[in-house]
Amino acid sequence: MTKTLKKIEESASTIHNKITKKQKPSMYFPIRALSNVKYIPKRGFLELIGQKKARTLTVNTVKTFAQTLRVMSLSKELIEKDDIATKREAYYVSKNWDDARFEEQPESDTVIDDVEAMFEVNREQLGFIPEEKGGDVAGKLVVIDKDQETGKQLKIDCTKFGSGAYSIPISTEHLKFETNAKFVLVIETAGMFQRLVKHNYWKKANCILISMGGVPTRACRRFIRRLSEGKKIPVYVFVDGDPYGISNIYRTLKVGSGNAAHINQYFCVPNARYLGITPQDIIDYKLPTHPLKDVDIKRAKDALKNDPFIKQSKEWQKAINQLLKMGVRAEQQALAKHGLNYVIEKYLPQKLKKADSFLP
Amino acid sequence: MTTSKKSKKLTETEHKITAHDLAKKQREISVSEFFTKNRHLLGFDNPRKALLTTIKEGIDNSLDACEEAKILPDIKVRINQVKNTEDRFRVTIEDNGPGILKSHIPKIFGKLLYGSKFHRLKMSRGQQGIGISAAGMYGQLTTGKPILITSRISPKQPAHHYSLVVDTQKNEPRIIKDEIVDFDSKRGTKVVIELEARCQKGRQSVDGYIEQTSIANPHADITYINPEDKETRYPRASKELPVEPKEIKPHPYGIELGILIKMLHDTKSKNLRACLTNDFSRVSTRVANEICEKAGLHGKSRPSRIAVQEADALFKAIKLTKIMNPPTDCISPIGEESIIKGLKKQINADFFTSNTRPPSVYRGNPFQIEVGLAYGGVLPEEGLIRLLRFANRVPLLYQQSACVITESAINTSWRNYGLQQSSGALPSGPVLLMVHLASVWVPFTSESKEAIAHYPEIEKEVKLALQECGRHLSTFIKRKKKAADEFKKKSYIKKYIPHIGIALKEILDLNEKQELKIVNNLTDILERSRS
Repeated sequence: MTKTLKKIEESASTIHNKITKKQKPSMYFPIRALSNVKYIPKRGFLELIGQKKARTLTVNTVKTFAQTLRVMSLSKELIEKDDIATKREAYYVSKNWDDARFEEQPESDTVIDDVEAMFEVNREQLGFIPEEKGGDVAGKLVVIDKDQETGKQLKIDCTKFGSGAYSIPISTEHLKFETNAKFVLVIETAGMFQRLVKHNYWKKANCILISMGGVPTRACRRFIRRLSEGKKIPVYVFVDGDPYGISNIYRTLKVGSGNAAHINQYFCVPNARYLGITPQDIIDYKLPTHPLKDVDIKRAKDALKNDPFIKQSKEWQKAINQLLKMGVRAEQQALAKHGLNYVIEKYLPQKLKKADSFLP
Repeated sequence: MTTSKKSKKLTETEHKITAHDLAKKQREISVSEFFTKNRHLLGFDNPRKALLTTIKEGIDNSLDACEEAKILPDIKVRINQVKNTEDRFRVTIEDNGPGILKSHIPKIFGKLLYGSKFHRLKMSRGQQGIGISAAGMYGQLTTGKPILITSRISPKQPAHHYSLVVDTQKNEPRIIKDEIVDFDSKRGTKVVIELEARCQKGRQSVDGYIEQTSIANPHADITYINPEDKETRYPRASKELPVEPKEIKPHPYGIELGILIKMLHDTKSKNLRACLTNDFSRVSTRVANEICEKAGLHGKSRPSRIAVQEADALFKAIKLTKIMNPPTDCISPIGEESIIKGLKKQINADFFTSNTRPPSVYRGNPFQIEVGLAYGGVLPEEGLIRLLRFANRVPLLYQQSACVITESAINTSWRNYGLQQSSGALPSGPVLLMVHLASVWVPFTSESKEAIAHYPEIEKEVKLALQECGRHLSTFIKRKKKAADEFKKKSYIKKYIPHIGIALKEILDLNEKQELKIVNNLTDILERSRS
């Protein structure tokens, strides 16, 4: 924590010195885009190349400049008091800042993201937390947490939630795990997760089920990373067979994103593997499909052209090209065509037998 | 002619009506009778317009007379409502002009198509000699009252007073009263017409007309007393009289076949070549020979003979011969300076500009376009711009959409000059635009002189003048916007710099003095970088 504080003070001090010398102060931010990241398979995540943009104080930038500094000041206060603020709360705090207040939350979110990237820290380290839900867990896992009041150890057995699930907290750094599961199955949709929980699939396959609900949140990514790294268990990802499932959900979970590249190091899951739905699955399982929409095609082509992760993987290029050639996409739930529990009885067992052949 | 021929044919094929029967029905139509039935052609469509047209004709005549006599015009216009009536008004127009010879008064005011302006090519307000007598006739038709004229030509002479009615059958004046009277002024003319009318406020009203007249004639001093007895003065803004326009001979290109035949008949020249060189402008002996050659005519032929037999060939030959454009010094524009003076006098705006184009020619008629523009100030931000049209310094109030000036203004892309404009419409914004066409012959679309006809040459000149003024306007708007931006920037800096001070103070635990220094330094840095 003090490390972040130091960074805030150092940067404020640099700005102050410039102003004292009657020079225009600047702030530097890494460019947050896929164009500014590279992928080295050995290191396992998208990392920044180092392009930075400068925000120099001018008439046009004076408002954002002032707001950025005020957010830094708010962050300093939060860290010192060991408090937290949701991004929404931070937005409301700004309402005290007269002319420097934020009109809409997206404006304050952007500035918070900027500060986070500037210091190359996680926004939780700045004292800001998202409202988003972390993800749901069920199956053969015991999470060791602390009681919020007494600080006493709490053991949470994820097999004991019945038809419900354990909810991943926003901050996961303090959690410890106990498990003897063979693998973690990470699922895109809450619907598929519910089906597998209802039929106690985790018991049958001796695994941990985690629902992402779309693109995984940072907490979810960090939770899976710590779990798989700490307990050395493989992670299999089960998403829709479409460009969004591949290049947004799976890629973000495995190697991180271009937008928050400065934290990818901590928030990637390098040993994640892609179970399905693969383009080949669509053929093999004769799945009902929908045609690819224009946005799907654009996303797929974009991934082939610009995504450093896809670009280095021949297998992925082949799979995406195959999907483009077929011109269709298939959802996880499409397996229901063969019977509601076909996924449990046939699809997953068949796929898991050939875990080595999962896409990287 | 054709009718009688036809009826002859019909008799031959033994129809019941004989040529004699038809001939009995044929009779001459007097001009006055014709206009009685077609008064809308002269601008007397309805009581409201009748009042305006009457005043317009009176003012036009006064201004023309004063300018020809090189007198700075003082004009008084008064409208009285006739007692115990709703729709009867007495219009009095009085000037300090040269006066009218006693012998001329009856014909000028009591005979249609009598005037000094039709038979010459010279820039003037009136053209045909219809206006004032038509107004008098309208009054006579609606109220039965004669037109009253008092005129004095010099302080040494007494003033004459006439009371006239038009004999609409014969198109001749009938004198009701003819006497010598007392007259307040040393010199001038006073006309009184009583007519059925309606007095209304607004742009197409007498007030609007007089205001616009005063803009285009900054050398005139006009006083207007409305029916409620309220006096409005439109003072003189310039003591310079317009340069007197020169009279020119017609240019061959501007002549129609009928007029050509008439000119050939009426010429004093003995042979065709002399007729061409003497009666037309820009026809040298060489050009005359060329025309004759092209027409296959002999230069020595008698013009009156040509008129009958070979006028057509001559007419065609003229079109085929290259003839120099007519002289353009016959036009007297208002002038860029006077336009601005006229506008400034009536409109409280932030910016004025004007442009007088060099003279140009349409169909052999010289003309000149002028544009004046006022921006901002009291002019309303919302809505379309106000467009004032003038022809030979006379405001045109009606038929705006039929006029070439309006079309040119619409076809100019005002967006380039900082105004908003939807396609097919005038631009919007706080702008008053005046466009003046000066010409020896203004091509009106009709005799009521409300809209100018669409000649491509005219449209082009109007557009060029508008564009020039547009460029001036755009420079002004840009400069104004820059100043506004500057102000905005300044307040922007003031707004946000203190927050940088606060934030740095909070993060670095600075004291108030240090915070103040930050704010002062930053203000300096940013203000310096503003240029």
